[in-house]
Amino acid sequence: MERTKDAKKRVRTATWLSVIPGIGQFYNKQTFKGIAFLVVFALFIYEMIVFGFAAFTGMVTLGLTPGEDHSLFLLIEGSLQLLLTVIFFLFYAINIYDARKVAIQIVEEKKINKTAKDILKNVYHNGFPYLFTIPAYLVMIFAIIFPVLVTIFISFTNYDFYHIPPASLIDWVGFENFINMFFLSSYRDTFIAVLGWTIIWTLGATSLQIAIGIFTAVVLNQKFIKFKRLFGIIFLLPWAVPAFITIMSFSNMFNDSLGAINSQVIPFINSLVPFIDLGALPWKTNPFFTKIAIILVQGWLGFPYIYVLVSGILQSIPEEQYESAKIDGAGPIQRFRHITLPTILMIAAPVFITQYTFNLNNFNMIYLFNEGGPGSIGAGAGSTDILISWIFKLTTGTSPQYSIAAAVTLFISIFVITIALIVFKKTKAFEMED
Amino acid sequence: MSNLFRSQKSSRFFTKFFTYAFLLLLSVIILYPLLITASSAFKAGNISAFDLSFDATWTLDNFRRLFTETLYGEWYINTLVIAFVTMIVQVILITLAGYTFSRYRFIGRKKSLMFFLLVQMIPTTATLVAFYVMALLLGALDQSWFLMFLYIGGGIPMNTWLMKGYFDTIPYDLDESAKLDGAGHFRIFAQIVLPMAKPMIAVQALWAFMTPFGEYMLAKFLLRSPENYTVAIGLHTFISNPQEQKVALFSAGAILIAIPISILFFMLQKNFVSGLTAGGTKG
Repeated sequence: MERTKDAKKRVRTATWLSVIPGIGQFYNKQTFKGIAFLVVFALFIYEMIVFGFAAFTGMVTLGLTPGEDHSLFLLIEGSLQLLLTVIFFLFYAINIYDARKVAIQIVEEKKINKTAKDILKNVYHNGFPYLFTIPAYLVMIFAIIFPVLVTIFISFTNYDFYHIPPASLIDWVGFENFINMFFLSSYRDTFIAVLGWTIIWTLGATSLQIAIGIFTAVVLNQKFIKFKRLFGIIFLLPWAVPAFITIMSFSNMFNDSLGAINSQVIPFINSLVPFIDLGALPWKTNPFFTKIAIILVQGWLGFPYIYVLVSGILQSIPEEQYESAKIDGAGPIQRFRHITLPTILMIAAPVFITQYTFNLNNFNMIYLFNEGGPGSIGAGAGSTDILISWIFKLTTGTSPQYSIAAAVTLFISIFVITIALIVFKKTKAFEMED
Repeated sequence: MSNLFRSQKSSRFFTKFFTYAFLLLLSVIILYPLLITASSAFKAGNISAFDLSFDATWTLDNFRRLFTETLYGEWYINTLVIAFVTMIVQVILITLAGYTFSRYRFIGRKKSLMFFLLVQMIPTTATLVAFYVMALLLGALDQSWFLMFLYIGGGIPMNTWLMKGYFDTIPYDLDESAKLDGAGHFRIFAQIVLPMAKPMIAVQALWAFMTPFGEYMLAKFLLRSPENYTVAIGLHTFISNPQEQKVALFSAGAILIAIPISILFFMLQKNFVSGLTAGGTKG
């Protein structure tokens, strides 16, 4: 009884002492670790005094004198400091956890690593996974996480072409950009129009490429076909040739006055099929025809990937399944619906989902085909712009609207993550093994 | 599968007829744009649009003009440098991380994997404004190292997942027995597991290599002076305005990219499907 009381006290003391990192470790007689932790703590305090506090206050005010304070740099420094502080608090939590864990081990009379050599050896063995993942994490933090953080902050400011530092200051404006986007002003109409087309585009183009891909795979999988390899190679070409090249080629081909579609393909169809007499179509100048063209071209570009994937799956379906279904009197369409399609969907669903998210942000197809045009629907967007290409135009145009662009970026990210999480939960495609 | 369309003998002819009709039509639809683009590269004179006519004068002059009159050579080298660096660094990072997530059980592993999965969904190119501000602060506008860094970082979450999925399919018995023989962390990784992951590493390397060739948005935004362009931005200047009649130059430039990349693609094509399905569906 006495001992457990003592033990509890010891664990509690170690935990409390480590409120100042390192002290708890000294108490546990791990001098080397204690010094290391104390040094990290001291460095952070030093950094806070020299740089950190100023960075945080700079972030709150975003500068006071125009021409002297650079709001953007203050924002970035503040975000960096925030990231550093979060990492420090992670370390802080680990420090307390460590002091407590070691104290428990002492009480239970287990062996404790006290010498520097033992501790380094232990760090190498248990730390090996961290050693291998830290490089990936570091690059990811600065190439993705940090930019996302900065984007979040910018979406709450008024950073636009009226407020370009260092000549003028940027200010926090709260939810103004989001309110503009959803409820007020000309932005709402543009936003709704662009969002609507983004959704139609994503569903239309992706479903088309999936449909062509599955259909082609099923057709080519029949046994009697000759030159199967040749067809297989041809059908892979749209995937093998870099997409930006073919999109630019199509862009030229669909040109209203000069392009091959109007000058060659349509006359050819007219001559081939009786009773049809199509004129030249306004592919690049009429929004409706541009949209049709973009979706068709994406079908052309995207189907090979699905076709390859589905061909692989088809070969894994055992022949007996079809034989027995046939004996039960199932026709070809029924066999496709009840055997082929479910198998394909079960295996390939996650890949299909990534295709939808890919097209949602398929900047190249929209921008390289007709630069989001034709025409304008206000707020810098063209009639075939999707959210991502609108962001590009908001950021690069002659009168940039950085903060609105940041708000739209946040909207897409939250939108995609929400949908993906729902779908993943439903399909259970990404369930962990342990 | 042969039975899928062959329900009765009488309909067998129609099945065959429509099958071949479909296959031929699809082949034509695929080959037509590629052929008219490729053939324009060898046509003399200033062309403003592709077409399928064979009465032109054939020449190799467009390739000479490409390297003497335009900056194409520099764009190509820029792109190759960016592509190689991106490929090497990214493949190293994702192989290490993917291996660790597959083989080690450590505190924070599951949370990390969830984190990677979430981050992977963020459209990284959309944080353009932040990249712009960062580039301003770092003096990195018009610098290709910043672009490389973004390419490398942007591919990490998704590709780490795919790598991990592939490592999961490599049996554990080998590394277990090596461990019993006293092999260290590095030896097991480098000499036993790594060689078995070669097909997936090849696929990942090709993808990482191809990204800088096709990526337009970030490159267009960050690279400001024409001599720093990548091929995608450079070629777009040839074709964005048909009136300039540089379409033949575009075709010549496009061929010099499409042929090597397509060859690499077909060489590695067999590895694609197994890598995709293994990585995509296994947790």
